[in-house]
Amino acid sequence: MTEKRKNIFATGILCVGVVFVIIGVYRNEVHIVLQKAINICLECIGIG
Amino acid sequence: MVKLLKKIKAHIRLIVQVGFTAITNSYINGYVEGNIFKGPSKAVCVPGLNCYSCPGALGSCPIGSLQAVLGSRNYKFAFYVLGFLMIVGALCGRLVCGWLCPFGLIQDLLYKIPFIKKLKKLPGDKVLKWLKYVILVVFVLLLPMFAVDIIGQGKPWFCEYICPSGTLSAGVPLVLLNENIRSIIGWLYAWKLLILGIIILLSILVYRPFCRYLCPLGGIYGLFNPISLYRYKVDAAKCTKCGKCQKVCNMDIKVYETPNSIECIRCGACKKACPHKAIQNNSVYKKCSGCEKDDR
Repeated sequence: MTEKRKNIFATGILCVGVVFVIIGVYRNEVHIVLQKAINICLECIGIG
Repeated sequence: MVKLLKKIKAHIRLIVQVGFTAITNSYINGYVEGNIFKGPSKAVCVPGLNCYSCPGALGSCPIGSLQAVLGSRNYKFAFYVLGFLMIVGALCGRLVCGWLCPFGLIQDLLYKIPFIKKLKKLPGDKVLKWLKYVILVVFVLLLPMFAVDIIGQGKPWFCEYICPSGTLSAGVPLVLLNENIRSIIGWLYAWKLLILGIIILLSILVYRPFCRYLCPLGGIYGLFNPISLYRYKVDAAKCTKCGKCQKVCNMDIKVYETPNSIECIRCGACKKACPHKAIQNNSVYKKCSGCEKDDR
């Protein structure tokens, strides 16, 4: 793959990533992340 | 002044690592009260493996968040977190591991501790380096999605049974600071301490054992290394294949053959060491007349 194609491919993935983030925000996945992150995760710290 | 600038330049990676870790874990009250930050910035992922239950954390760990969304009743695809990982990966690949990950920094510091004989890699390295992908698929993706309870919720299996970063940055400080948490620890905590202990000891012996063999986040970013916008290129006109780059590479990569190896954490040691300045990053590639156009 040439350098130019690699750049185009990376830019394409970047754009898909941005679209995914927008879809995720629209689907309210951010709420799940926030809820998990603002409460002490007992599994993460080894309590279970 | 020139001397100071030279010193800063020589330690720029360490400065960035410490600075980024300090900024993203700057909730001081958490360390004082034995609690965690509950502000809206926790909805945003940080690029490195940084447990959201760390008392100082201002953002969320992408691997923890990925498991949280995949394990929830309502969603079986994590657009938000995967989109974030794609953006970071497409921009810079495993540069995050080398420059922005707090647990990478800790392993870097541990490796500086003198030891009788340092190892370039662990025995079975060729097989072991694929373990992180097994962990990614089994513990981060499949188990949280399919091993669900009666109400359809999955657990963060990687966080619960493996992640030593969470144990170190969240488990240990919270157990020390919070009496309620201290009173309910059991065998799982002992298991996680054991994993952490092994990783700490191995980190003194071999460079970044967790990143090399176990980290699913490094595994994901590594897949982007060959195509990410920030990547390395070897100028074939200048490279003499002297092997100096591999000699200084703590990840033991043959940089002159695979400058964009999925194991490369972009620490930049090879670029500094190359006597012919043959290793360049992509941003200056356009000026590099002898760079090969093959897929490396």
